[in-house]
Amino acid sequence: MDNRQKEINNLKDYKYGFSTDIENIQAPKGLNEDVIKFISNIKKEPEWMLEFRLKAFERFKVLKEPDWQKPKFPKIDYQDLYYYSAPKSMKDKPKSLDELDPKLLETYKKLGIPLQEQARLNGIAVDAVFDSVSVATTFKDELTKQGIIFCPISEAIQNHPELVKKYLGSVIPTSDHFFATLNSAVFTDGSFVYIPEGVRCPMELSTYFRINASNTGQFERTLIIADKGSYVSYLEGCTAPMRDENQLHAANVELIALDDAEIKYSTVQNWYPGDKDGKGGIYNFVTKRGLCKGKNSKISWTQVETGSAITWKYPSCILKGDNSVGEFYSIAITNNHQKADTGTKMIHLGKNTKSKIISKGISAGSSDMTYRGLVDISSKAKNSTNYTQCDSLLMGNKCGAHTVPYIKNKNSESNIAHEATTSKISEEQLHYCQQRGLNPEEAVGLIVNGFCKEVLQQLPMEFAVEAQKLVGISLEGSVG
Amino acid sequence: MKEQLQKDFDNSIKNLSLSQKDIEIKKFCLDNFIDKGFPNRKEEDWKFSDLNQIIKNNIGEISFYNDQTSTNKVDTSVFVDGLEHNKIVFINGRIEKIDFEYEKKDQIEIIDQSETINEFKNSNSLSDLNNAFTNKCFKILVKKGYQLVKPLIIYHTTNSKIWSKNINLRLNFELNKDSSLKVIDLFNDTSEKNFLNIFYNFELKENAVLKNYKIDKLENKNIKYSFNNIDQDKNSISETFILSSGSNFSKNEINCNLNGVYASAFVNGVFSLSKDKHHEIRSIINHLTENTKSYQLIKSVLDESSKAVYQGKIFVNSDAQKTDGYQLSKAILLNKKSEFNAKPELEIYADDVKCSHGSASGSLNDDSIFYLMSRGLSYYQSRELLINGFLLDVVEKITDSEIKNLIKNMIGIKE
Repeated sequence: MDNRQKEINNLKDYKYGFSTDIENIQAPKGLNEDVIKFISNIKKEPEWMLEFRLKAFERFKVLKEPDWQKPKFPKIDYQDLYYYSAPKSMKDKPKSLDELDPKLLETYKKLGIPLQEQARLNGIAVDAVFDSVSVATTFKDELTKQGIIFCPISEAIQNHPELVKKYLGSVIPTSDHFFATLNSAVFTDGSFVYIPEGVRCPMELSTYFRINASNTGQFERTLIIADKGSYVSYLEGCTAPMRDENQLHAANVELIALDDAEIKYSTVQNWYPGDKDGKGGIYNFVTKRGLCKGKNSKISWTQVETGSAITWKYPSCILKGDNSVGEFYSIAITNNHQKADTGTKMIHLGKNTKSKIISKGISAGSSDMTYRGLVDISSKAKNSTNYTQCDSLLMGNKCGAHTVPYIKNKNSESNIAHEATTSKISEEQLHYCQQRGLNPEEAVGLIVNGFCKEVLQQLPMEFAVEAQKLVGISLEGSVG
Repeated sequence: MKEQLQKDFDNSIKNLSLSQKDIEIKKFCLDNFIDKGFPNRKEEDWKFSDLNQIIKNNIGEISFYNDQTSTNKVDTSVFVDGLEHNKIVFINGRIEKIDFEYEKKDQIEIIDQSETINEFKNSNSLSDLNNAFTNKCFKILVKKGYQLVKPLIIYHTTNSKIWSKNINLRLNFELNKDSSLKVIDLFNDTSEKNFLNIFYNFELKENAVLKNYKIDKLENKNIKYSFNNIDQDKNSISETFILSSGSNFSKNEINCNLNGVYASAFVNGVFSLSKDKHHEIRSIINHLTENTKSYQLIKSVLDESSKAVYQGKIFVNSDAQKTDGYQLSKAILLNKKSEFNAKPELEIYADDVKCSHGSASGSLNDDSIFYLMSRGLSYYQSRELLINGFLLDVVEKITDSEIKNLIKNMIGIKE
């Protein structure tokens, strides 16, 4: 018990809230063509990439910031942000980890991310993104042997332009919504994964994002392509220092699964949520979209959302290939003044497509949580099925839990089932646990973990443990 | 459309003896409507039904002025047989008859409210249109403790003598303490392609009971919008049943405010659609205080290229602890061109509540058809039997047995 208490005390405050003092190179403040050219130039990008960015920027200029979301936030001044920030030592990329700035290594050590390849036991290949650039990618050799490409996207643009050119923007086009278009114009780095035909990726691939510099927006771009018959499991984690101002994080993630391929994408999102009074924290406005392009393909999203001042994202699946499968498992926890508006979109286009949505929302304190989802079965998607379940748990009467599902069925041979419940932890459940010697906080932890179990089970082992702890910590102080 | 609106508006107020203030209010509403126009899909509440487009495609040029000086002949053949009832008759938007022959005259008051326009808590532009063009508005007041002996049937009739393309109606009801009222809205439309815009306001005091049945069964080419606002005090009960079938387009909105403890609201609906009909039910139940209850059940059977939409929202205020809210919508799609859209929404700010919703849509269950056919029924008979049972579930929720039988006969549901 003592150990647990210690652990909790350690974690009670946002433990990733430190910032690292590192010399930065920044693009001039503001958003204009020059800044985009600056980013493109510093990354030594080919001409077509700059065109891609400028095209997106043209489009961005005519778009308006959306305002239909539930959590309202003060207007963001897009001219008051730095769109590029990189540790100075990264200017000429180090050849190996030994050349990496020790301060950076220390930062990742503090975060518990194994960048040193000695940490082989973990068996996870990591790509670490610090502010705007990818600083290190581990296990490269082993992956290369199998023909797997796992590298920063800026490297991929130079080394594998044919793949990037073909797939970048094919799921999230440059003409998409406001934040996605902004990302297309100014994205800085992120991960690129290509799994060749018939290869089952031998280890979990992982990216770790960290926002360090202040007044910086992080705009990373992830592109994952699973060729025919391949399989990959990809993890994503994120943290940021504690700062009083709100920071914007607008990433784009594109997944493409060809025939018989499977992509499993897991996120444990733990951005700085702001302090108890709701000051500071990250605006997490991310666009994640997967395309099941081929027959029998499968994309599965799993997310544990505990951080961010505002989370606003809908990881989606476009089920284009016949017999393709889309899955979405989500736990979203909001405490104090956090706000979340999250859910998914399942767009059924192919025949015999299946989708499953399991969403668990927990709100405590003065937080506000919304599940918003779309299930759209088009008239050609014969024999498709969808099952949706979204449950919310409320703790206290200052928080809110909302469910806004959109259900569209245009096919008489398809079935959609949706159910949602909202409840609180019953007195009986609490009493039962306490009677058996658990204190109220432990009892709540146990019940909440049980509530989330369906989703936690979907996470890879290493992540599941972390996530389970995170669930407990996020709700710390919300009982009694 | 703007010139037409102005012209028709000037014509319609010319015939009314209104005070300057009332004209001002009407003018204000008209300007609002001119500003906003008919609701379109850009508005969240009209996402699935773009009324602006529907009116453009079905009616085209729309006119608003109705000459209400001459009376219409009441056609008694439309009256319901075999059920004694009180009547209100609207013909082409003009109120022709109010008849409470079965009731104690001193217990019901009919108040002419033409001059006072009460504000609806409805932000869409149709309430502005209604405010601007309604010229007769009555309030039916049921006095304390009086329970109407017979149901009230409101006949909505339109025929070829209709003046303009748009009709606006309004009725207000006040049910005082311990009173009760049953209202049936019956639509008999023989006119072609008109837009009906109907607003009801119900005020239920303590222990009052309201039962409202809306029956749109007769095939017609009209476009209907109906809005019910129900304010409920302590212990009151409201029951709304909607049969949505006849019109080309129809949208029923129910906005129910549960203001008093132990108030409860029931909304049940049946969509039975074919051809290229497009119907919608939107309900908003506001649980504003503790121990309130709501129950909603909507079932749809959709054939050919018809389309049904259900948007239901349960709102629970932070004071409304011990709320019990339930919502279920089910649809059977019979044709590959038919479509069902749903948006069952929960917005909850209190923690000690029990709220759930479910929505399912799909084809008829093959196993059930097989079961019935293996027992000697034809495919068609099996299908009828299953649909019958599917819809019967909702009709059985009607608490008044006389009216239940009437509705069963109308839909042709057998037990």
